[in-house]
Amino acid sequence: MSNIEPNVTRDGAVLLNRTALTRRLVAKLKSEEAVVAGIGHTNFDLWASGQRPQNFYMLGSMGLATPIALGVAIAQPQRKVFALDGDGSILMQLGSFGTVASVAPKNLAIIIWDNGAYHITGAQKTLTSSTVDLVEMAKGAGLKQAQWAADEEHFDALVGRAFTEDGPWLIVAKIDQTKPAGVTERDPVKIRLNFMNGLKASA
Amino acid sequence: MSGETTNETWEEIVVRVLKANEVSLVTYVPDNVLSRLIRLIEADPFFTVVAPAREEEAVAIVTGAYMAGKRGIALMQTSGFATIVNALASLACPFQIPLLLMISERGTLGEFQQGQAIVCRTMRPVLQSLGIEHFAIQERAHVEFVVDGMVRQAFATQAPAALILSPLLTKRAA
Ligand SMILES: Cc1ncc(C[n+]2csc(CCOP(=O)(O)OP(=O)(O)O)c2C)c(N)n1
Repeated sequence: MSNIEPNVTRDGAVLLNRTALTRRLVAKLKSEEAVVAGIGHTNFDLWASGQRPQNFYMLGSMGLATPIALGVAIAQPQRKVFALDGDGSILMQLGSFGTVASVAPKNLAIIIWDNGAYHITGAQKTLTSSTVDLVEMAKGAGLKQAQWAADEEHFDALVGRAFTEDGPWLIVAKIDQTKPAGVTERDPVKIRLNFMNGLKASA
Repeated sequence: MSGETTNETWEEIVVRVLKANEVSLVTYVPDNVLSRLIRLIEADPFFTVVAPAREEEAVAIVTGAYMAGKRGIALMQTSGFATIVNALASLACPFQIPLLLMISERGTLGEFQQGQAIVCRTMRPVLQSLGIEHFAIQERAHVEFVVDGMVRQAFATQAPAALILSPLLTKRAA
């Protein structure tokens, strides 16, 4: 893809697949980047893409993946941090766009999988299926580097920029409603300890 | 720690004890009772301060920072506490996060707002049913001992802790 900043809107974005994109993201991780994945399908697909010790699988707490990732980014400014979340989840915590913008962590990238639905609870429609555009919301909150992924190559290019250029970044991918490729093993303390070991953290 | 001087305010003692325990991240949604404490913290370069839009974010930021090796505390009032119950029950408790909360107790001992009075009565039953350690500080002379003890215990036992600031501490003339 030659043009790294096409003026893509939600309508113009190609319908992508969360499992495929999660795997593309994970394949690019080389320097022990932290990944914090939100409730349900988002963390299921991260789990199914290979269980890195630097992954945090958030089990409940709908909407809190981004602020958790912000906390990680503040504590370890040298480490790249990715927050992954669904549209229904981030719609619950839109203020966090403003919080991230005002803290302005250079090492944080937020990726939102927008399927226009609360898929895991029965695919009821979310606000993004009607009027809400998450990229516009984010820009209004001060996240200037917010973009729709036009297609898979453009997604790769945006992720590539998040690795090499200062954030905060927001990438929103319009995705289909296929089921995730696995299910996370639900043991909160084990998840936390693995993550803390992966981040070489003690406090 | 024995640095207490008789003319320290409760806010100054809190700042000193947080620093002694290396609690360097402070997140908050403000309350009038917390305003002097927030001013002291914001003026002190030791602290990283984040003021998000909601108390749930404040809790999640401290949680993420803890998992990445930085100690933090979230400040809020009782009404804010009422909005974080799901975050406590689904994040702080099951993941065993030593999440420190400092809650100014509004809605009791001379409150004029009915909403605050009613929501205030939900706080202790919630803390109790979640099994979260909590203690209301009523006297300036107790601030150092209680804050220091609760902070150390939270990290030693991997458990959230709620430090409640009673109007007896924050509103009564010294
Ligand atoms: C506070 C809260 N409200 C509702 C739920 C129920 N719930 C769990 S997952 C979910 C949908 C998540 O939607 P989204 O983030 O878009 O992810 P998707 O399922 O579409 O992948 C809902 C409503 C919850 N867990 N917590």
